Amino acid sequence: MQVTVAHLKRGQRGIITDVSSIYIPLKLLEMGCLPGNYVELVQVAHFSDPMYLNINGTHLAIRKETALHILIDIL
Amino acid sequence: MSKQINVALIGNPNTGKTSVFNALTGLNQKVGNYPGITVEKKEGICKLPRGVKAHIIDLPGTYSLNASSLDENVVIELLLNKNDKDFPDVAVVVSDVENLKRNLLLFTQIKDLEIPTILVINMADRMSYKGISLDIPYLEAQLNTKIALVSTRKKNGIAELKELISNYKDLSITPCMNASEIDREYFDNLRKAFPNQLLYKLWLVITQDVNFGKTDRNEIDAVADFKTKSKADLKRLQQKETIKRYQFINNTLKKGQTIDLNTAKDLRIKLDRILTHKIWGYVIFLLILLTIFQAIYDWSSVPMDFIDTSFASLSEWTKNALPAGAFTSLLAEGIIPGLGGIVIFIPQIAFLFLFISVLEESGYMSRVVFLMDRGMRRFGLSGKSVVPLISGTACAIPAIMATRNIESWKERLITILVTPFTTCSARLPVYLIIISLVIPEGRFFGLGYQALTLMLLYLIGFGAALVSAMVLNKILKIKSKTFFVVEMPNYKLPLLKNVVLTVIEKTKSFVFGAGKIILAISIILWFLASYGPGEGFNNAEEIVKTEYAGQNLTDDELHEHIASQKLEHSFLGITGHAIEPAIRPLGYDWKIGIALVSSFAAREVFVGTLATIYSVGSDDEETIKNRMAGEVNPILGGPLFTFASGISLLLFYAFAMQCMSTLAIVQRETNSWKWPLLQLVIMSGFAYIIALIAFQLLK
Repeated sequence: MQVTVAHLKRGQRGIITDVSSIYIPLKLLEMGCLPGNYVELVQVAHFSDPMYLNINGTHLAIRKETALHILIDIL
Repeated sequence: MSKQINVALIGNPNTGKTSVFNALTGLNQKVGNYPGITVEKKEGICKLPRGVKAHIIDLPGTYSLNASSLDENVVIELLLNKNDKDFPDVAVVVSDVENLKRNLLLFTQIKDLEIPTILVINMADRMSYKGISLDIPYLEAQLNTKIALVSTRKKNGIAELKELISNYKDLSITPCMNASEIDREYFDNLRKAFPNQLLYKLWLVITQDVNFGKTDRNEIDAVADFKTKSKADLKRLQQKETIKRYQFINNTLKKGQTIDLNTAKDLRIKLDRILTHKIWGYVIFLLILLTIFQAIYDWSSVPMDFIDTSFASLSEWTKNALPAGAFTSLLAEGIIPGLGGIVIFIPQIAFLFLFISVLEESGYMSRVVFLMDRGMRRFGLSGKSVVPLISGTACAIPAIMATRNIESWKERLITILVTPFTTCSARLPVYLIIISLVIPEGRFFGLGYQALTLMLLYLIGFGAALVSAMVLNKILKIKSKTFFVVEMPNYKLPLLKNVVLTVIEKTKSFVFGAGKIILAISIILWFLASYGPGEGFNNAEEIVKTEYAGQNLTDDELHEHIASQKLEHSFLGITGHAIEPAIRPLGYDWKIGIALVSSFAAREVFVGTLATIYSVGSDDEETIKNRMAGEVNPILGGPLFTFASGISLLLFYAFAMQCMSTLAIVQRETNSWKWPLLQLVIMSGFAYIIALIAFQLLK
C-alpha cells in the first residue's frame, strides 16, 4: 500500500515523494507541495478531515481526499 | 518632474500587503471597482522624496501568476498589458519574512516579465523572534533586485522603501531565472514564431485558462506554424516550471537565509492547540459570536439614543427656524427623518465591521474555515463558505464576492444562493427598532431578552441558509471537481490602522450607498404623502370639521384628525390601502405596507420610510421609536406593533429577498438571471408564508 499524507499521525513528519498532478491543483504545488519537501501533520478536524499541514514551512489545510494523492515517506 | 510613478503592490495573501499600502498612502486612498467586473480596486497616492508622487495600486493577493480566479486575473491582465494606464513603472512585491520561500515564487515570475521590481520583506520585526537572519546584499545580488526590510507594525523601513521607489530607474530588469529552462525545445520554437515578444509573457498568455480581453492570445492561436501543446502537457510544464523556480529559490535561500530553530518560539502551536481543538475550538467560536452580538446591542445604545433625539430636535428646529412652505416641510418631514433613519445605525454597523476585520486580520478566520469545513460539506457547502456567511452579516454584496475563492462551482453557487439569508447590517435597523418595541427589557442569565432575540434572529438567518443549502445540494445536479486549499496564516495582533481604515471605509460606503437611495425614497414618499387627488385630500379640513362639528375638540386634536385624513387620502395612502388586503393577514397596516414595498430597494429604507410617513403632519418633537409605539391598529384598536405583528415583521425581514443590489450582484457572479429571480420569488414567498403563520398563531 502506498503511504500518503492521509496516513500521517498528529505531529508526524514525512518527505513528499510524488504528487499526482491530475488530482493536485497547481495552487497546492505553488504553495510548496512538491517532491523533496517535508510535510508535517499539525492538527486534524473531526474524522481527520480536513488536515492542517505544515508543508515546507507553509501552513495550510486540505481535505483528506486531496491528501490521499500526496505520496510520502514517513520519517 | 511632476510625473507620477505608477507602482503596483503585489504579493501573496497574508503578507501584510495592505498594511504596506496603508503605510504608504494613509488616508489618501480610494476603493473602486475594475471596469466591468466586481473586483475591488484599491489605489492611493504617496508622496516620495524630492517632490515626486507615486500612484499606488494594491493588487489582489495571489500566490503566482497562474490565475485561477477573477481576482488573480486582474493582476496578470495589468502586468501583461503595457498600454494599460495603470501599467506599473515599478512593481513592489511584498513578502513575509517567515514565508520567504513561498513568496519568492511570485517574485521570480514577475522578474521574468522584465518589470523593475523591488522586494519588500515585511514583518521584519519578527526576525529575531523567529531566529531568522538574512544576508541582504547576497539576496539582492542573486535576485537582481533591491530589498526593503519593512515592519509596518514598528513603522520601520517605509522611508527606505519610498527612496527605492523614487529611484526605480536604477533597478535591474534582468530576470533571475530563464524561462526557457522549462522546456528548451518548446521555448525555442516559441521564440522563433514570435521573435519580438517577451518569452515569459507568451508563456503566460498560452497557459492561462482565463480569457484575456486585451492581450494577444488570439494572435498566438492565429500563427499556424506554431503548435500549442495539449492541456495536460501544458499543466505538466507548469508543474515543471514551479519545481524549477523552487530549486532556484532553495539554492538562493540556502546561502542567503539562516534560521536558528532553537531561538524560534512558536505562539501558533500553542494557540492552535486550543483554537482548532475538536471541542474547545467550537466552544470558543460560539463564545466569540455571542460576545459580538451582546456588544453590538449594548455598546451602541448610548450613541444611538443620542443620534435619535438629535435628529428629532433638528427636524423640529428646521420647522421653526425656516419660513413655512413646501420646502421646509420637505426638509423637516421628508429628508431629515429619512436620513436620521440611517445615521442612527452607524454605531452598530461600525462595531460589526470592527469585529469582522479583527477576526480577519488576526488570522482566526482561517481557523474557523478549518473547523467548519467538515460540517459545512454535509450541507453542500465548503469551509470557505463560512467567511461569506459571516461577512454576510455585514452585507451580502461583498460576501457574495468573497465566494470567489471557493474552488468548486457547485459549493460556490450554493453559497451565493443562501448567503442573502444571513442577517445583513441592513436588516439590523429593522430588527432593532421592532425588538425595542415588542420585546420586553429584562435579563436572563445576564443577557438581555432583547439581545437574545437579536441573536436568535441571526441564528434563524444562518439556519435558513444551511437548510436551503442542504435542499439545493440535493436538487442541483452539478458535477464539479472539488479541491480545497486554505492557508493557515500566523496569528497576528491586528494593526489598529488597518482595522480603523477598514471600519471607516466600509461604514462610509454603507452610509453613502444607502444614503442616496434613502434620500431619493424619502423625497418621493414625502411628495406622495403630502399631495393627493380628489375631494378627500383637498377638502380634508372641511370634511373633518363637519364630521366632528358636534364634539368640542381642541385645536390640537382637530389638527391631528385633519392630518390623518389628509395622509389617508394622499397618493401614498391610496396606494397603501390598495395593497393592504395582501398584508393584513400578516398583522400590518397600510403604512407598514408602504415601508415593506420601499424596502425592496434596500431593507434599511424601512425605518426611514416609516419615519417619513409618521412625521408628515405631526408637529411634535418625537423620536422614531416613540412615533412607532404610538401607532394604533386601525381595525383592532390597541397598539399596531404588538408582539404578534412584531414577530411576524421580524420573520418577514429574516427571510425575504429585499435588496436590488444583491440581486444584481448575484446576476453578475452567476452570469444568469435565473438564480437571482429564483432567490427573489422563493425567499419572499417563504417569508410571506412564515410571517402569516406566525401572526395567526400569536395574535
